[in-house]
Amino acid sequence: MIEIKKTKTKTSCYHCGDFCDENEILIAEKSFCCNGCKNVFVLLTDNNLTSYYSIEKTPGKSLKQIIGNKFAYLDDPNIQTKIIDYIDVKIARLQFKIPNIHCSSCIYLLENLYKINEGVVAVRVNFLKKNANIVYDINKISLRQLVELLASIGYEPSFNMSDIDSIKPLNPNRKLLFQIGVAGFCFGNIMLVSFPEYFGLDNTTKHYLSPAFGLINLALSIPTFLYSGQDYLIGAFKGLRKKLITIDVPLALGLVVLFIRNFYEILSHTGLGYCDTLAGLIFFLLIGKWFQQKTYDSLSFERDYKSYFPISVVTIHHDKTTTVAIDKLKIGDRILIRNNEIIPTDSILLKGKANIDFSFVSGENEPIAKELGEIIFAGGKQTSGNIELEVKKLTEQSYLTQLWNNDIFAKENNSKVETFQTKISKYFTFALLAIALSAAVFWAVYDTSKIIHAFTSVLIIACPCALALSSPFALGNAMRNLGRNKFYLKSASVVENIANMNTIVFDKTGTITQSNDSKISFVGDALSEFEKELIFSVTQNSIHPLSKQIAQFLDMNSAIILNNFKEITGKGIEANVAGNNVLVGSASFLNIKEENNSLLNTKIYIKINQENKGCFIINHTYRAGLKHVINNLSHKFSLHLLSGDNELEKTYLQTIFPSQSELLFQQNPSDKLLYINTLQGNQNKVMMIGDGLNDAGALKAANVGISLSEDTASFSPSSDVIMDAINFEYLPAYLQYCKNTMKVIYVSFTLSLLYNLIGLSYAVSGTLSPVIAAILMPISSVTVIGFTSISTYLLARKMK
Amino acid sequence: MKIMFILIGCSFILAIGFLVAFIWMVKSGQIDDDYTPSVRILFDDGTLPEKKEF
Repeated sequence: MIEIKKTKTKTSCYHCGDFCDENEILIAEKSFCCNGCKNVFVLLTDNNLTSYYSIEKTPGKSLKQIIGNKFAYLDDPNIQTKIIDYIDVKIARLQFKIPNIHCSSCIYLLENLYKINEGVVAVRVNFLKKNANIVYDINKISLRQLVELLASIGYEPSFNMSDIDSIKPLNPNRKLLFQIGVAGFCFGNIMLVSFPEYFGLDNTTKHYLSPAFGLINLALSIPTFLYSGQDYLIGAFKGLRKKLITIDVPLALGLVVLFIRNFYEILSHTGLGYCDTLAGLIFFLLIGKWFQQKTYDSLSFERDYKSYFPISVVTIHHDKTTTVAIDKLKIGDRILIRNNEIIPTDSILLKGKANIDFSFVSGENEPIAKELGEIIFAGGKQTSGNIELEVKKLTEQSYLTQLWNNDIFAKENNSKVETFQTKISKYFTFALLAIALSAAVFWAVYDTSKIIHAFTSVLIIACPCALALSSPFALGNAMRNLGRNKFYLKSASVVENIANMNTIVFDKTGTITQSNDSKISFVGDALSEFEKELIFSVTQNSIHPLSKQIAQFLDMNSAIILNNFKEITGKGIEANVAGNNVLVGSASFLNIKEENNSLLNTKIYIKINQENKGCFIINHTYRAGLKHVINNLSHKFSLHLLSGDNELEKTYLQTIFPSQSELLFQQNPSDKLLYINTLQGNQNKVMMIGDGLNDAGALKAANVGISLSEDTASFSPSSDVIMDAINFEYLPAYLQYCKNTMKVIYVSFTLSLLYNLIGLSYAVSGTLSPVIAAILMPISSVTVIGFTSISTYLLARKMK
Repeated sequence: MKIMFILIGCSFILAIGFLVAFIWMVKSGQIDDDYTPSVRILFDDGTLPEKKEF
């Protein structure tokens, strides 16, 4: 134990928290992993901003990447006008999206940016949206310098084509809040004025207070009805024109009847009216709507290829480099792509060593080497140094972006699935009208004075407020609870869609596998070159994926001819190589006692001439808990796998997936899209889980598209759900939670119907009074809200 | 009981004041971001905070 203490412990960087390797830099007794991190620390110390490090531990992001003249395009006035919101002779104002904003320290540093550079006038951060509003002095700092300053301290703004093209919409929540404000104001005042009447006024005051109170109530109910309640009236009208009976129809019916009856009763001095019920109803409904409207502003669910590509690229013309916006590229232009940059358009390799990583685009695992003169498709990422290319096609016409010309992307994917609420509303409305009419007919026979009273009372009391509240509250709560588990829904209605699925289609690369650089390592005494050659010769002859990986890892030039090659499925290989007996395989196969058996990796042991040499540790690239997830899901869903990769891993995947699942390989993006369409054609409700651009079509076409992301701030294709890959193993629990939420809605629906029955018994007997309505309506609403909130919360606790 | 009308008038003026304040608040964008101000208020301005050693 003492010896371990003596060895140097790994230090973590004071700035970003990464482990410091041999390049560790020590300054002021603090360690830094790289020069970038150190520079930020020095800069902040010089400007008295060290609180950055005391608010949160290691708040920075690693700065190992060099900026260079990456932002040169920001000197282009055309691009500037697209980014800057307001400019005059002195100052400019703009809004940046900064994905790296992740903690309180970030807010602190960014809002104190003026201390570092006097050109910055003010910065205002919106943490939830990951935005920064910046005002700067154009005479002291240029846009490019500002962006470079931000990038140098680790807060690089993200720009892409779609951000620049789009116009920022205003917050749509505001109108709803105004409506709630007005409804709340009227509701409160109507209650204030109505209470004296409910408690009873004595005869001397009644004759002049009552009419006045009535008129005040009436006056207050007009803005409530016409302004706050307008969406329900318009919604019902629009629905009926399309011959659709939505929940808005019975609601609007109730509201209109209430409104007219109030006028009649109050102006004719025949009653008190139901103004408080009307205002309360609208107020509660709006609250429900507001609750359901939560969105995750920092996430983008509607991205297309435009947001994947950079906005500019460096072109070379007569040995001079200039930065050009991507949509200005012309066929025949010569472009320079640096390491880790994305190829913006289909082009031909002219110079340099191209090693393109297409994993995000096509799903292929390994980078592909390209020869000079070969076509390179847009979307790949260069991984080995600078290359020069000649543009062959415009970005919007390239192979990858062609996918977006499919009809799927043209039409608005409005959920054609009928929601439970709409389904019920139809029956509900007809039942309501039937009851109202039969009550009217009954009283027409027995007591004609009660016909109108009974008929309107039914429509008023059965107005499905509680019913209309149960879905928004249950779904809104479910969405919040899932969001806490990093399962972000585009809107609350997705919960119901998820609950209806019966088929799940997985993508392979990036979805059930994860990108992992150090996949394989050798543990044991160092192997001699000859021994390596022996093992290479053996493993190269096997088609087992693990053997392939070992062979690839050793990567020898020559192989020795084998004698007696024998492969035992599921155990290992025995072979004779140039007189040496070589055993490669599992511990049990080689009669070795295995230690520290881990599920996350596989150990392949080596014996040469009966001598134990050690083992290769192959880290699984499959996500943790994949087996458990698949096993769990296979009971309830039919599972499919679509991979853009080759069939190398098919045998292994067959052991994980149930035997009846379809596993398809070498699928291009449109194959995937077509496959989803075929499944849907067979009346399946399909959920697609993918991550890359190659899944974009399938994600869009599927009834529910879930895009899995290692970093939710980075690009993910357009989808209904963005899921953090860390929690992949909880996927079955999340899906079950959605189903349970629907059960909660069914129960709360029954509850609200029970309240309706009580109310109806008063209504049909013609004895409904404003007091009863004023009590029943809020009680039923509160019961439903309480029940759904508590039960969705309890179910969410079970989910973990 | 005529005093009731004055009282109701007063309560209305008060309530309208609140409604106007609410609309003003929403319009000025105070509810657009309900998280960042809670952090911002804790930052000390100008002076260098003492670093606490544990």
